[in-house]
This record gives sequence, structure tokens and C-alpha cells, in this order.
Amino acid sequence: MSNTKNNLESISGLQDKGRRRFVLGASAMLALAALPFPKNAFAKAISESLTQLSGKVFDLSIDYKTVNFTGKSARATVVNQVLPAPILRWKEGETVTLRVKNNLDQDSSIHWHGIILPTEMDGVPGLSFDGIKPGETFEYQFKVQQNGTYWYHSHSGFQEQTGVYGPIIIDPAEPDPVVYDREYVVMLSDWSDTPPEKIYANLKKQSTYYNYSERTVSDLFTDIRKHGLINTWKARGMWNDMRMSDRDISDVTGAAYTFLMNGKTPEQGWNALFKQGEKVRLRFINAAAMTIFDVRIPGLKMSVVATDGQNIQPVEVDEFRMGVAETYDVIVEPEEGNAYCIFAQNIDRTGFTVGNLTSAAHLVAAVPSMDPAPILGHGDMGMSMEGMDHGDMDHGNMAHGAMDHGAVAHAEMDHGSMAMGTPALGLAGFGSTAEIKHADAEYGPHIDMRADAPQNGLHDPGIGLRNHQAEYNRKVLTYADLKGLHPTYDKRQPSREIQLHLTGNMHRYMWSINGVRFSDAEPLVLEYGERVRFTLVNDTMMTHPMHLHGMWSDLETGDPDFIPRKHTVIVQPGSTISYLVTADAIGKWAYHCHLLYHMPGMFLKVVVR
Amino acid sequence: MKNINVIGFKLSLIAVLFMSGLAQAGGGDDPLLTKVMFDEVERGVGSNEPTSFNIQAWMGKDINKFWLKTKGEYQNADNKELEIQALYSRAIAPYWDAQVGIRVDLEPSPSRNWAVLGLQGLAPYFFEIDAALFIGEEGRTAMRVTAEYEMLLTQKLILTPEVKVNLYGKNDAVLGIGSGLSDISAGLRLRYEIKREFAPYIGVEWARKFGNTAEFARVEGKKVEGTQVVIGLRAWF
Repeated sequence: MSNTKNNLESISGLQDKGRRRFVLGASAMLALAALPFPKNAFAKAISESLTQLSGKVFDLSIDYKTVNFTGKSARATVVNQVLPAPILRWKEGETVTLRVKNNLDQDSSIHWHGIILPTEMDGVPGLSFDGIKPGETFEYQFKVQQNGTYWYHSHSGFQEQTGVYGPIIIDPAEPDPVVYDREYVVMLSDWSDTPPEKIYANLKKQSTYYNYSERTVSDLFTDIRKHGLINTWKARGMWNDMRMSDRDISDVTGAAYTFLMNGKTPEQGWNALFKQGEKVRLRFINAAAMTIFDVRIPGLKMSVVATDGQNIQPVEVDEFRMGVAETYDVIVEPEEGNAYCIFAQNIDRTGFTVGNLTSAAHLVAAVPSMDPAPILGHGDMGMSMEGMDHGDMDHGNMAHGAMDHGAVAHAEMDHGSMAMGTPALGLAGFGSTAEIKHADAEYGPHIDMRADAPQNGLHDPGIGLRNHQAEYNRKVLTYADLKGLHPTYDKRQPSREIQLHLTGNMHRYMWSINGVRFSDAEPLVLEYGERVRFTLVNDTMMTHPMHLHGMWSDLETGDPDFIPRKHTVIVQPGSTISYLVTADAIGKWAYHCHLLYHMPGMFLKVVVR
Repeated sequence: MKNINVIGFKLSLIAVLFMSGLAQAGGGDDPLLTKVMFDEVERGVGSNEPTSFNIQAWMGKDINKFWLKTKGEYQNADNKELEIQALYSRAIAPYWDAQVGIRVDLEPSPSRNWAVLGLQGLAPYFFEIDAALFIGEEGRTAMRVTAEYEMLLTQKLILTPEVKVNLYGKNDAVLGIGSGLSDISAGLRLRYEIKREFAPYIGVEWARKFGNTAEFARVEGKKVEGTQVVIGLRAWF
């Protein structure tokens, strides 16, 4: 209830007292931001406090820098002395040259995330090139063949955690189908004073190190009071047998992280100005190392117009989830005389970051309180829904039930295609109908779970969001809502299907694909030109954002004519998701979970030959 | 003693060589790590109560680790215990490690040496189990099972019941150890994690000797059963 109340407050009125520090910061910065640009200039106006570089030739330098986000000084790795790194503004069709100098005492690299380019320009040490040695400069050069919102980051060590990430905006060659008067980049990230190697070691030594939301004895008594002793015993039985925690949502939480919006802490707040009647394009980028964010702007409908840089048919939502590395462009139409809170809470509700979208410097929107922390259910373990627990997941389970009808429909279609003698693959656009099979390598000390009855994650808003429609009347974006604006680029049926299982042992903090970690894995080979389906099966209870380099992931959302293209796809816990890939890029490509501390193990080399 | 030192040295050498080999073969997902755990460092409340410790350390990677376990107790010059185990530990199941190695009981005198076969891990219902079979000289055998459970009263206030059982294959009269069930101890410790790695605690420990061991104790005029209140520190890095 308190959440609803807070929402109403921020919708109906503005709070301009009691947050003195916030307001002071806001007015100081708005004094800079509120220069009287003509309307056209606004269209190109950059986000307050982010540096922008544009043109065809860029000089970037990676250095150490002392930063202070927490009250204590810590060492960051930054590009051109700023965190986030400067916005790079390119033009579709032009050739860009990027000279990247590494001033660190260790190897570095820059990967242009989501950009279609030659394999040797992709910036992955060991695959694309050897990395950039200390003191050396690497010159990237490639033709820009796309437009939209992207980002770039280091692909070396754990430098993404310590600040080597920045936005890319590519202006389209043709008139932009998205109409807007003003734009802002909203780059979300996570900062920790603890060095990333130490965070990784802590997780290996105690996987629950950062989890301060575990079940306590009082939760047990509450359950017994609500559901009775017998039911509680039954509901707990599975978790106790499996030695897993239904409160294990994020590996690294607000206990370690300060969440940033465009490099500003929640205390500082990031500020964005709008003028009466303007359509504002917000280019959201999740540049976090380990944090999945849920984004909303209380009081404003968001029209989602693009994801991962690719335009989609606009869909109006109140809230959306961003896996690490995903981007979403939304259009909002704020009302004059108001301020709105751009609110991004992390998936386990241990922290958030905020921005203030306002029509006047003195107006500061109230910050809503976070939603309750999600609690995992049997469905999130890829288990069948019978005898489900009595947790807060019932809405989600119902949604799953509805999905099954879709799956049945696919199966029927498949019968049709089998009758015509084509392989028993699900039709393009509708996803997999293949049987779930666990490889032999999925059995052993490195694997703690296998999803035996995984649901399709397409219609699932995700853990912690499933009840938001019913509870708060907030429409949450799902992948099923994504339809490409452009008709499907490659309408061929897939010639084969590759089923990949995301696997691990949370307790030992080991991660792998098909039960094999990167250093032991054979490359996945694609033939040049083939159209192939990737079906991901999440055999863990973590939410994994999977990123394929070099080629688009054409997400199968149920409409074969308007398949949306993505570069990073969330795979829900204990669930499956399918996408089609056209192997149109010769070379060696990285394919991995974009959660930074999963990446060393949950990583595959993809070879297109 | 000399003999044992040589065995111990060889064992650790093998472990180090083995793991350095892995370091070259392995990827960045599996760094060589070290964890030192002061599980129990505590003192009985009252005069003439013992000080005791249970300290473990491992060095290794996800699957293979070199593991040291030491425990000891000091009351006075005549009543002291010190035991050291050096083990090779290998993950064999999602929640279980198999451990083999040696154990040396340096105190009380005379010292005893054992080979160790152990199983350590997390049982269903979140019981932390350490079970080991010890094979000593002159046909001596022993078994020890430790079970621990963590109850979160809050996220930082944690109550830990623990039960320890020792069994022996035959009498070792010099040391006052009898065959069969020798002793059971049960502890309840309440710790507060100031941070994950640092948690002071208070607790109570009950212990009782059984069978022949109890008989030996009675003959020597020692206590068969006792309860003590302890304060201590749990820490790791």
C-alpha cells in the first residue's frame, strides 16, 4: 500500500521541501543545463553532465582516476577522465576511426556493444585481437551500418565494473521514424569501492556474501501463521532439499553497490530539463556490471520505441526491466509545471538510482519507495507448477499457465510443417518446440540445478514484476510486446536449432554453458549464411542477460513478419527463450552472460566460417 | 614425529604442484584463492575455564583444494589438546567435498597419527556436515561427525546449534579414550556479524563422555559431563 501512496504523491503533487541536498544540487546543475537553446538545438542537446564527442575520428584514452561516490576515495578506470565515458555520436553510413590509448598498467580493450562490424574490430582480447597493451594505442576503424542507442565498454578483466563504459548514439541516415524534441541518455550503472577481483573472490568464498535479504526465523513464523505448519513444511521442503534460497536474487547487491544514473549517485540525483509540449526521448542504457534494473517514471506513460538500438512498434508501458547491456529508448510527454522521478530500482530491491525530469529548476519529484523484494517460486527453478509453493509468486504462476496455450499452438503448427516433410523445428518467429535435453556434462559438482520443466519466458515480466499489473495497475513490458518496426530482415525458416543450457553451481559460484566452462569449451561453429535458432534453457535461478557479438539475435516474439532484433536477451530463471541468428559475419565472436562475474565461465566462442 | 613431518611435507608439496598445474590449464573463471577461517576462537567464562580454537584454511580452486584443519584447547599444562589435519579436498558432488590426508594429535602426550578419509559439505535442510574416518597406528580407528545449522534471527544475528560426536574402535587407555561412543558435545552460539568476516559471539557448550571413556574419566577423578558458557570470535579472510 505504501508504494501506491507514494506513486499518487508523485503524480498529484511535487515535493519541493525536505530534500534540501537534492534540491541544491539540482538547481546548481540546472543553472548550467537551462541555457536558452532554440528548439532545434535541444534536439541535439546532450544529457547534463555527460561529455559528448562527435565526428568521424575519436581519440580515447583509458586511465586510472580517483573517484568518490561513497564518501571514500577509490580508484576507477575511466575513458577521457570521465565516468561514464563520453557519449560517442556517430552518423549511419560514415566510417569512424577510434584511437584508443591504454594508460593502465594492465591490458585493456574497447568493445562496441551491439555494433555490426568486422571481427577484428570487435575488441574482445583473445578473439578479435590481442588486446591493447599498457602504453599502446589501438586504432579501430569500421563503417557504421546501423543507427540507434548503443554503448561501449572494456572487455578486459573486470574494467567494466570500475568505469570503462560509455554511450554510443548513431544518428540515422534516413529521417528518424521516432519523433522527439529533446533527448537524454540515461546510463545506469553500479559502483563499488571494493575492487572487482575482491568481489569475485568473496563470492567464491561465500556465495551469499552480499545477500542481506535471506529468510529469517521470523519469516518462518509468519509463514506458519499464514499457511499452517504442514503447508509451510511442504513449501519449504523443496528449497531445503535442494539447498537453495528463494531469496537469492542478485549475486552482488546494494550491500556492495552504489547505483548511478549518468554517473550521479542517488544522493546527487541526475537532472534533466524539459519545456512545455516537448516529446522527450530517453535513451536508457544498462551499463552495470551485475545489476538488473527495473525502470519507471511515476506519473508518466513511457512509449517504448526501440530496444538494443533497433526500432520497434511503439508500445506504451509503465515499467520495464533492463538486463545488463540492454538498451531501451522511450518517448515521454511530461507536463509543464511538473517534475518526474526517473526511478531505477535493482532487481532485488536493495538499492536504486534516480533522475529528476523537470520543467523548472526548483521542482524536484518525490522519490518512490522500492517495491517488495521478489521471492523465487518453483517455476523459477524450472519445475512443474503442480504443488506450487505459497509464496508471492502465484500471479507469475498464473501467467505461466496462460503461456502454455501458446506453446500448444506452436506444437500444432509444427505438426503441420512435419506433414510437409520439413524438419521438426518450430516455425520462425514462434520459438522452439524441441525437447529439453540435458547434456552429460550437466551432471557433477559444478552444477546444482537442471530445469526439467522450463516455461517459455516470453510473456513473463520476470521475478518481482509479475504482480505489478494486478497490484499497482502498472503495465510491465514483456518480450512478447516487442515487434520490429521494420519487417523481418531474414524471413527464412531456421535450418537447425542449437539448444544451449545456462548452467552453474551458485553455492560454489561456478558458471558454465551446457555444463562446460569457457576455458574447457569447444567453439560453437556456424556456417556463413545459415539461419539458425538459438534456444536458451536457464538451468539456474538467476536471470542471465545473454549477449551474442557480431550478429543480431532475432527474438521470436510470436510475429514472424516483425521479428525484433536484439543484441542482449534476458533468460528468465528456470525458463527458455529462443531467437534466430543469421550467420552473416565471418569471424570469431564472443557469446556470454553479461553479468560480469558470470562471464569468465558462462562464455562461448562462436566461429562463423 | 619425524616420519609424520616428512609425510606432511610431501603431501603439501604434491598439493601445491598439483594446483599450480591447474593454474596454467584453467581460465580466468577459476583463480587460485585462499580462505582462512577462525570458526571458533573462544574462552570459557569463569575461573580456570579452557581457551579453545577451531581454525581451518584452504588454498585452491573450485574443484581441488588443499585444506588445513586445526583445533585445540588449553586449560593448564596438564590439560591441553592440539590436533592438525592436512587434507586434499576434491569437490565430488554439488554440495560435497571428499577429503583425504593425515591427522596428527600433538597433545596430549603421547601423540597419535592418523590417516583421514572425510566427507564435508551441505546436507539437505542446510546442515553443514563434516564426517571423517580416522585410521591410526596399532589398529586404532576413530570416527567424528560434526553437524552445524545456521538460524538467521536477523540478517546479522545468527544462532548456530552444533553437535559433535566422537567414536573409537578400541581403548586407548593412556589417553583415557574408550572404545565405542566416546563423547558428544552440543553447542549453541549466537554471533553478530559486524561484517561478514568478523563476528563476535556468546555461546554455551555442553559435553558428556560415554562408555569406557566415561569410566576412564571417573577413575581419574575427572568430570564426565560439563556445561560452560563461552565468549568468542568467528572471523575469516
